[in-house]
Amino acid sequence: MKSTNIRYLAFALAMAMCPLFLNAYWTDVFNNVGLYAILALSLNVILGHCGLFHMGHAAFYAIGAYTAAIINTTYGIPVLWIMPLAGILAGVFAMIVARPIIHLRGDYLLIVTIGIVEIVRIALINNVFDITGGANGIFGISRPSVFGFKISKPDHFFYLIWGFAALTIFLLLRLEHSRFGRALLYIKEDEVAAGGSGINVAHHKLVAFIIGAVWAGMCGTIYAAKMTIIAPESFSFAESVILFTIVILGGSGSIPGVILGSFLLVGLPEIFRGLAEYRMLVFGAAMVLMMIFRNQGLLPPGPKNYNVAKMLQAGGAK
Amino acid sequence: MTLLAVDNLSKSFGGLMAVNDVSFEVEKGSIVGLIGPNGAGKTTVFNLITGNYQPNTGTVLFDGDNLVGLPTHTIVEKGIARTFQTIRLFQNMSVLENVLAGAHCRMRSGSIAAMLRTPAQRREEQAAMLQAMTELEFVGLSKEWQNKAKNLSYGNQRLLEIARALATQPKLIVLDEPAGGMNDQETQDLIRLIRAIQDRGITVLLIEHDMGLVMRVCSSLVVLEHGAKIAAGTPAEIQTNPRVIEAYLGADSE
Amino acid sequence: MEEFFQQLTNGLAVGGIYALIALGYTMVYGVLKLINFAHGDLFTIGAYLGLTLLVSMGLFDKIGPLPAVILLAVMVMILVAIIGAILERVAYRPLRQSPRLSAVVSALGASIFFQNAIMAIYSPKFLVYPHDILPKTVINIMGLDIPVMRIIMFLTSLVLMLALYFFIQKTKIGTAIRAAAIDQGAAKLMGINVDRVIMLVFCIGPALGGAAGLMVGLYYGQINFSMGWMYGLKAFTAAILGGIGNIPGAMVGGLLLGVIEALGAAYISIAWKDAIAFCVLILILIVRPTGLLGERVAEKV
Repeated sequence: MKSTNIRYLAFALAMAMCPLFLNAYWTDVFNNVGLYAILALSLNVILGHCGLFHMGHAAFYAIGAYTAAIINTTYGIPVLWIMPLAGILAGVFAMIVARPIIHLRGDYLLIVTIGIVEIVRIALINNVFDITGGANGIFGISRPSVFGFKISKPDHFFYLIWGFAALTIFLLLRLEHSRFGRALLYIKEDEVAAGGSGINVAHHKLVAFIIGAVWAGMCGTIYAAKMTIIAPESFSFAESVILFTIVILGGSGSIPGVILGSFLLVGLPEIFRGLAEYRMLVFGAAMVLMMIFRNQGLLPPGPKNYNVAKMLQAGGAK
Repeated sequence: MTLLAVDNLSKSFGGLMAVNDVSFEVEKGSIVGLIGPNGAGKTTVFNLITGNYQPNTGTVLFDGDNLVGLPTHTIVEKGIARTFQTIRLFQNMSVLENVLAGAHCRMRSGSIAAMLRTPAQRREEQAAMLQAMTELEFVGLSKEWQNKAKNLSYGNQRLLEIARALATQPKLIVLDEPAGGMNDQETQDLIRLIRAIQDRGITVLLIEHDMGLVMRVCSSLVVLEHGAKIAAGTPAEIQTNPRVIEAYLGADSE
Repeated sequence: MEEFFQQLTNGLAVGGIYALIALGYTMVYGVLKLINFAHGDLFTIGAYLGLTLLVSMGLFDKIGPLPAVILLAVMVMILVAIIGAILERVAYRPLRQSPRLSAVVSALGASIFFQNAIMAIYSPKFLVYPHDILPKTVINIMGLDIPVMRIIMFLTSLVLMLALYFFIQKTKIGTAIRAAAIDQGAAKLMGINVDRVIMLVFCIGPALGGAAGLMVGLYYGQINFSMGWMYGLKAFTAAILGGIGNIPGAMVGGLLLGVIEALGAAYISIAWKDAIAFCVLILILIVRPTGLLGERVAEKV
């Protein structure tokens, strides 16, 4: 087995034991870290791998959460069943809004995505279509259940969230090591060269957006189920900034980096709770300093392993 | 048989006519050189053929299809691969990954197949890997496969661009100053490489300032000056063409 | 119809503010090709510094309203200009050679830093400017009741804009700024100290932004640590609308956006007021990314 696989397995085991040692409060902190990690990993596909400066990720997250909340409170369908639909709706939304803006240059794209997340938030506050509950949001979302087992305590949620995180990491690692994953990296490095090498740049950017949105939408479902109440301010621009910062500081395009970033940005401030109001102050300064001294992030992606000898053997043998 | 036919191609940037009513043909299996003084519009012609620029007027017929208006990646899929005058490799990625970029357009599996890691996807990855290593072997870079592209020498970077272009399995390869920045030995090797590409049945269209190389490998030449074609013919004909001599001497005396 | 003209004048007054802030974005973009995300927060800093100076020095009682406002404006502009120069030195200059997007992230970090620093130093609550210092007079122009302050505000921003325009067009330093915006390398070869030009741009832009902050404080009476974000985004929209990097464009864009927003709020929906600016932003970037007065440039291959 490869050493990276062993490292991931060790991390998974360590995480699985966590609830045994953590009290309810800290379990909940870890749950938040997990939610942010899933969201940041989904953003990482767009921002880290494809290099698209997307700062409106909270919009996709919001669509997933509101889909779950509305359908659950109106029709009583269990929240986790709504997950695929929430993902699809977020994906469709991403496809519609991303298509016309996908060709924009880095900093322009950034500002447009900020515009989109603000429009979504304003729409939610204004109770668009009369279903979002306005500024108060939606409450009374039921707790999720898995095979009849009702998830309500923090340590139940811990396994739900981190289980989903593990699935996310597993699938995204595979994605990274594929034709599709490489295409995103080529586009990030040099769009013109990527197009000149036969890569459909616009298509891959769009699909990166859709994958990120679907995942954020599904994650929104879990968030709605965990909180039982959601409101527009949970999906403000500040949330997008935190996700963006997690990816940039952790290491753009690096899955371990993004996980580390989630622990640092979401978990660490809990240790210094007295300094909570300085949290964002420190984030801001850290962003400037990181760009000056280490702009690839804390744990930048390493070179990919290609087992060429094995591949050639298998290829040559046929 | 004609593989590529450029007809009445024109392109202006603002008021400047960069390419003015240029027509020429490239025979299948030949090696054609596009030459001319600096600023004659050679690279612009290439960019018009590969879809990086859109012409104001004119057509580019390749294998019977008009390429004008098609995006670059579709043109690559149809069988035209290119290298860039200013090397455009994926500098922070490995040599192997750079060549895999060329293999991309001949592969099919998408994001979902990648996540599920289907048998077809795995077979395809293996085949692409094999093909990429074969192309690296062909240009003589197989030992470097793990290296980052930016750590290669200038000459080797040019070779890597050629390997990446070949990995798209082109019918026509368009080389923009392939010998730029190469020493004599490397240029000799490049001449052999270009002939080997021709031997694989791939047609070659190239821009080059190294007249020694051009005269030795090209079967026919097209000469541009100030965006317009001033001559076309075999290397021997071009060498004695008074109009061409004037263009070059005129350019030198500036 | 009266409603229309009321909204129009209101829009022009707010648009003047947007235009003043937009000038800072557009000048920095012109020279550095960087969106200075922290610019909106420099505007906020202007508003807070204005309040502090106003309250602590009691200028209005000592020298009367008009000299007091002018003195206040000068002080605020100088202080914010200094902060702008420090920002450039600390957060942007070390990144001059880095990928462009690193500088964007740094700008964003600086913005978050400023915003939270203001919150920590002052308070997260809205602060109120003393409200009896400026005239509340309403004058009647052609049957239209218009607050005098609205007119003063519009004229002030117009004067500042024109001053900047002539400075850029007619003076030697202005020429150096324009040269550096077109081609930094060539400007250097011509003996222009590009570092100093950039520093200067980071003084002028924030000074105008700071003045705008003071004006907003005086006109609306209340300020908040996060207001620079919304004003900044809208001013940036104005800069894009006019054509980023283009100084007259920022002026036109600012006024136009102010009017569009005021009319939109009046005739479409007040609740969607903030969304209108973002829709304008998205539309203009999709349809004509170079803005109304910008020129198209071909991407080099």
